[in-house]
Parts: sequence; structure tokens; C-alpha cells
Amino acid sequence: MARTGVFICHCGTNIGGTVDVSKVLEAAKSMPTVAYVDDNTYSCSEPGQASIHDAIIENRLDRVVIGCCSPRMHENTFRKTVATAGINPYLLEISNIREHCSWVHGDDKEAATDKAIELVRMAVAKVASLEPLFSRQVGLTKRALVIGGGIAGIQAALDIANADYEVVLVEREPSIGGRMAQLDKTFPTLDCSACILAPKMVDVAQHPNITLLTYAEVQDVKGFVGNFEVNILQKARKVDHIKCTGCGTCWQKCLERTPSEFNLEMGKRSAIYIPFPQAVPLKPVIDTEHCAHFKYLEAKEEGRDLPDCNICQQLCPVSAIDYEQEDQIISERFGAIIVATGYQTFDHSVYHEYGSGRYADVITGLHLERLLSASGPTGGEVIRPSDGLLPKTVVFVSCVGSRDEQKGRAYCSKVCCMYMAKQAIMLKEHDPEVQCYIFYIDIRAGGKDFEEFARRAQEEYGTLYLRGRISKIYQEGKKLIVCGEDSLIGRPVEIAADLVVLATGMEPSIGAAELAQRLKISYDTNNFFIEAHPKLRPVETNTDGIFLAGSCIGPRDIPESVAQGGAAAAKVAALFSQDVLTTDPMVATIDPMLCSGCLLCTQVCPFNAIDTQVTRDGRTIALVNETMCKGCGLCVASCRFGAADLRGFTQQQILAQVTSLWR
Amino acid sequence: MRPDTYAYYPGCTLHSTAKEYDVSARLVCHKLGIKLQELENWTCCGASSAHTTNELLSIALPARELQAAEEMGLPLAVACALCFSRLKHSAYELADKEKLDLVNELLGKEFHNTTEVVHLLKVLYEERDAMTVSRPLSSLKIACYYGCLLVRPQEIVDLDDVENPQIMDQLMERLGAVTVDWGFKTECCGASLPLTKPEMVLKLSHRILSQAKQAGADCVAVACPMCHNNLDAYQKDMKRKYSDKFELPVLYFTQLAGLALGFSPKQLLLDKHFTSPLPMLRDKGLADAGIAIKV
Repeated sequence: MARTGVFICHCGTNIGGTVDVSKVLEAAKSMPTVAYVDDNTYSCSEPGQASIHDAIIENRLDRVVIGCCSPRMHENTFRKTVATAGINPYLLEISNIREHCSWVHGDDKEAATDKAIELVRMAVAKVASLEPLFSRQVGLTKRALVIGGGIAGIQAALDIANADYEVVLVEREPSIGGRMAQLDKTFPTLDCSACILAPKMVDVAQHPNITLLTYAEVQDVKGFVGNFEVNILQKARKVDHIKCTGCGTCWQKCLERTPSEFNLEMGKRSAIYIPFPQAVPLKPVIDTEHCAHFKYLEAKEEGRDLPDCNICQQLCPVSAIDYEQEDQIISERFGAIIVATGYQTFDHSVYHEYGSGRYADVITGLHLERLLSASGPTGGEVIRPSDGLLPKTVVFVSCVGSRDEQKGRAYCSKVCCMYMAKQAIMLKEHDPEVQCYIFYIDIRAGGKDFEEFARRAQEEYGTLYLRGRISKIYQEGKKLIVCGEDSLIGRPVEIAADLVVLATGMEPSIGAAELAQRLKISYDTNNFFIEAHPKLRPVETNTDGIFLAGSCIGPRDIPESVAQGGAAAAKVAALFSQDVLTTDPMVATIDPMLCSGCLLCTQVCPFNAIDTQVTRDGRTIALVNETMCKGCGLCVASCRFGAADLRGFTQQQILAQVTSLWR
Repeated sequence: MRPDTYAYYPGCTLHSTAKEYDVSARLVCHKLGIKLQELENWTCCGASSAHTTNELLSIALPARELQAAEEMGLPLAVACALCFSRLKHSAYELADKEKLDLVNELLGKEFHNTTEVVHLLKVLYEERDAMTVSRPLSSLKIACYYGCLLVRPQEIVDLDDVENPQIMDQLMERLGAVTVDWGFKTECCGASLPLTKPEMVLKLSHRILSQAKQAGADCVAVACPMCHNNLDAYQKDMKRKYSDKFELPVLYFTQLAGLALGFSPKQLLLDKHFTSPLPMLRDKGLADAGIAIKV
């Protein structure tokens, strides 16, 4: 006969203020198998846990029910408590009488108390039929994969490498550096972005523990924490990077010119190219779409005649140009994965009222970064894209794509207020005759030294802030007429501008949702990845061994991205400090005698956790891979023969809960 | 199947200042085999006056026309953008059962609010592929101007995009014309303010015309008698006030469609405008007598 202890937590007044705990205790006394009842003001506190521990020993309890908050909150805490008192940690049942009861029934204390009693009764019924469960141990590969070579991914890779674990950093562009490499100065310190980033990029390239795979993408991911199997597509660079010395002859001599993606098509690059001068690796790739040699080959195949070119191959001093090079799949094993795929800027073409790209001198904030940058397409001179003239009146439009549920995204992109202030300051530094106007909804300057910085833009640099949204931008002669409302004086305003800068917001990089599906991690309706807990587990996902960093989770600025890269790296290092991993035993099982081999469960399993096996009598049946199973129970619900069951939530245990209510 | 017969609500202006809109609309529909059955004893939709004075009146007046069309069992085609807006608003409001009961009491008739209200632009747009173009407008660059009422509010009229509508552009392109990409398709022309604030109308309408001109348009196409009046009738005043050097003919989209389908400028009453489009059309080789179709 089981001896069950029932402990009811007051949770201060969270539960005790609504549920009459003494009545619950009184009722629990007469429930089957209950040998002991007690209450605590805070069961999760140290004295609370100690009293549970002592009661178990003194009363020789072998099963425990705790009526308290959600098991998502403290189930693990109390598992440890009962384990220290010598009970198998899986002989514990949490009865959620806070979220499921006191918090939602505050207006009816009597009914809440009755419900709490019923919830405890169900837990008592279930705990009696629980069986001890035991974790298994599996080995792990102490090697990390970092996806995305922006500042978050760079920081994560460096920190893991410095903890002396191996890292593979995968970046889909030809160079690491990400968006930060495109920025001119950073707020609020006005550090040169490239100057503080480039040394870190070089560190990545030189670190003995880091393998850098640029121009590569993660293709598919299998396995589980400690044992991921990943296929990485290395796109053909057409250049042998082992031979290449990065001398630059090829990209200097290449005759083709095509718009530079890095400079947002405001300048040109060659067909064999490095995206920007500080690129890492400083070795080129051939863009086969624009290379004359590949255009020639394509034409030849179609029977057309085009002149061939192989000037890069002829001039390369180390014969590194390899036109025959093909895409390659690299298969690797990893113990942990950090996703740091960053953001892209919102496409403002949906804003017809702002011209949808019709006006050359309506640019985005990122365009202005490139124009301000000394290594940008104009060598740091801010000129109008349309006619090359120096703009004297510049209008900034906030929240383009952000805080706009109709055309854009509902969220605030967080960095725009600050980058507009910075750009207004930089424009004035470049040319004291420039007058900047910033149309804003709110000035969001929450951050260290941010408010002071935004004030400087106004007070020292004379930037005029006008509160209101822009209704229309149109061209009149050489001027752009910006129409809006100054909502503080309640009047329409019109400004004749030379240049208009749209502060386009952040959205997840293209392909984020597809990557999340490959990794089996969750993403929200905006395609941002979802953390395991927004406050307490900000860089973890709900999939063990997969971590997040930077603006793939939501809008982040540089210091936050760096901090998250470091935090994710610390999580990986902590994981790798173990030599074996213990698995959760609350997983599905399949009774080989009952399994018909229909394998419907293999189709419904979202974690690929069901393999097949052939029995001695030649039947093919399902078999749960216990390290991959998350215990979601879909296979149990789908099994028509009752062969699948879930440890800790067996059909019999759940039925016991239900039948306890028939009285 | 698209319907070939519509109940037709011309609205007050189409029987007076915008006669050319009515005439050209009827010609074009006739040519396309679309029957327009004018509502009998129709009254004013209430225009701006009703909804600024009495909400119930502003719903009940259009409901009267909606009820008549319902009785005929036909969708209701409307030409004037303001009438269209008022009829759509009324139908939208009458989704509320209480309001519908009240209006039924006022009308003294049983109305179930089932009438489908369609703007003529949408009717022609839907027919565009079936049109036989005998006089392509290929030499013409048109700025399509939709005005504010035709597309707003989107959840009520549900015609096209609010900032960048396309259906008139696509119709004109189907007729062979080139349309210009410009930013003033749905800006306000000054609406009913010519009487009370004429300066405001001059300012707003002038801005629209100069933007159309700057975009390279030879003329502006409209679908609203009020827009037409503001843009067409005051060009002399604008010239005086803003020392403009240009004139820009403003035509109804039905007149342009009529030209493309072969009607003569005279049939389409192209001589009725303050800013005559005829010299421009002659320049473009589009002012020949065409076929005279008896209607």
C-alpha cells in the first residue's frame, strides 16, 4: 500500500487568498493512500522544501503530491526535493491549484476551494499508479555549430572557441560581418563600426578552434542534443580558397561590373569579388550569374555566340581559379547549435504614399549608412542618388514598417530612433549647412546614454524633431515634398527636402522560418525565433541543445547581440562541460506485442523519434528512439491499437485521475 | 458568370453637369452588351449634406435606391463616386438588424439589404478582356485619378488598394494607352469646397494636375463628377494663380473607353469640357469621326 504525502502551498496569498487551504488539507486526509498532509506558505522556499524533505523521512512517505503553481514553474525543483529524501523523482505529482484555480477563480472562493480539492484528488489518484522512472545516459560530441556570421554569431563562436571547444561557423554570404559591417558609426559612442568589428572577424579567421564556412548554408539537421548530424551546403566559390592568397589581382582585373549587394546597389562590384575591403575571408568568389565566362558557357549551350573571358584564371599567380568547382555537401556532427541569423530591413515598397521606390532620393537608413561610410560607394560623401548634389535639407521618417499593423509589423524595431539621431549628428558633422528633421511617433531612447545622445542630436546639432506621421512624399522639381502633421500643434506641415531617409524597421532574415522548420524550433507570426522563456531562458529554445542569439529573436542592437552571443556560448560551454547527458525518461514506449506495424506514429511524430525494427517473427514494428522523443504524446493519441503509451502519463494513470472524480 | 443586366443609379450630377459621363457610360455599356436599367423615381443619395446633418437620413436615402434594385433582382451599377460611397455606407450600416428595422419602417417597404452595389469602373474592368478595341489609345499617356471616395474606406467599399489602386490603370492599358506611375491617385481634389473655400480647391487640384503633368501625362482620367469638376473647370483660375503654362484635359474613363471602342468625340460629348481635350486628341490622331452608333 502506497503512503502518499499531500503538501498544499499558500504561495503567499496567491493561492491562500482564494482557496481555503485548511479545507483542502481536511479533504485530502480522507483520500485513498494519503498518509500525511501539511501546508506551507512558500513550498519552493528553502524552509518549505526542508519541511517536505523531513516529512517524507519521518512519515515513511513513498509518493508525494504538491498542490501549488504550474509544473512548468517548479516541477523540477520538487523532483530534486523528493529525490534528496530518497524517493524516485518521478513519484511526484504536481496539482496546479494556482494558474488553473486560484488565479482564475478569485471571484468565487468557495467554488475555488472545491475545485482545488478535486484537482488534488485527481493528483492523489494518479500518484498512486505512478511507477519509478530512470534517466538514461548518452555521450556527446563537444563541437558546436554557429549559424550566422554577424556580430552575435561571431561573439558566440569566439567565446566557445576560447573555452577550448571546437566551433564551425556557417555564413551564407561570402564574408562574415553581417549587418554591422555595413554600418558607419555606432550609437551612442560614435565608434567606427567596421573598426571595432574587423578585429573580431580576423580573430575568427585565425582562431585554431574555429572552422569558418562562408558561402555555405545549413541544409538539414537530424539528431538531438549532444548528437546532431548536420549537412552543410558549401556553395561553389569557383576559387580554391586553400591556394588563394587574397592578392586581389582577379577582382581588380575583372571586366564585369554589377551592382554591389553590400552597398545596396549604390555602387558596383566585379563578377569575381569580395563584398567589401575588410571581408573575412579575404578571398573572392565568382558570381556565376554575372561572370562573362559562365555567360559564355551558358550561351554556348543554347547555341548562341558570346565572347569568352578567363582573365582571372590567366592572371591568378597561384592558379586558384577553378571554374569546374561544384557545390559540396559537408556532413558534420555537433553537440550544440547556436542560431544567430540576424535581420534584414523592411521592404518599404508597400508604402505607395512614400513612393514605393519611385523617387531615387527617398532612401533607407541602411542606404544612408553606406553613403556616410568612408568605405562606401561615394567614399563617405553624402550625395543625392539622383543627381549627385549635396543635400541640405534631410527629412527622416520613423517607424517605416514598424508599429504599423496595417502595412508593416506591429512591433517596435527598437534601434531606429537611435540610428536616426546618430545619422542626423553625422550628417551635420559632414556638412554643417545640413538641416535635419525627424518625424517621430515617440522617441524611444531607453538604454545606457541613449537619451543623452538623442538630446545632443537636438540641442547641439539642431535636429528638429516633429511629432507626427508622414502622409505623403512627392517630387516637385528637384525637391521632395514631405507632407505630414505636427501633432503637437495640430497642424499639417510640408517640408521641401533634398533627401528623405526612411527608418525602415527590422524583420527576420529571409529563410528564417524554413531554417526553424529544419531545426524544429518554434518561430512566431513575424518569423522571429521563440525563446524557451522570454525572461528566464532568453537564449535557449524549447529544443535541447539549440540556442539563439541576436536579432533573429527580435529587434536587438549591437551590445545586446554581443551579450546574447556570449550568453549562448556560456550555455554551450556548460553543456560541453558534461561528459554524458542524462535524458528525460518521460518518453513514449511501444508495446511490441500490440504494435500492428501500421507506422502511423512515424508520420505524426514531429521529432523523427520513431524508428522501426523487425521482430524475430519478421514483423516490422515501431520503436521509440528515447533520446529524441520529447514525450509529446502524439503517437499515443494516433495509435489505434493502444500499443503506444507515455511514461509518466500512461493511459491507466490518466484514467485513474478521471475515475477519481466519479463519486 | 458576370451579369449582363444592371439596375442603374446615375445620381443627380449625371443628369446635369456630368451629362457626358452618363452618355458615354451608356454608349460603352451598350456596345459591350451590358443593359443598364435606370431605377424609376430615384432620388438623391443624400450626398455630403445628409451625413453631416442626420445619420439616419444618410442611411435611409440610399436604402431607398438599394431597395428598388433589390425589388428588380439586379445588382446596382453606380457611376458617381460619391453616390457609390453613400450606397456602400448605407448597405454596410444596415448589416445592423436594428438599423435595418428602423429603415424598413421609414421606407414602408420590406428591404433585406441584399443588393450588390458595383461601381461602373469595376463593371468595365471585369469586361476588359471581352472588349474589341477599334481605336487603340496607344499614343496616349494617361494619369488615372481615382479620387478619395472611390476606394475609401477600404473595409466598406472594398474596390482596390487605397494608396495605389490599379483597376483603372489596367483598364486603360487594355485599351492600348500607357498609364503613368504617380503618387496622387487618391489625393483629395477639394471635394465640395469650391463654393466655400475656393482657394483650397485651387491649391489641392492644382497640385494633382501638376503632378500628373510632371509624370508625363497627356490627360487625366477620372471616375467621379466632383473630381472632374474641380480638376477641369478651374484650370483658368489655376493658371492665373500659379502662372502655369499647361492645360491638362480631364476625361471620364468611360469617354476614353468609348473612344477606344470607336465612338466619335461628338457622341461622347468630348466638347463639353472646360479644358477641351480635342486639340490634344487631334494631335494624337484620336479625334476622327469614328463610327456613329445609334443608341
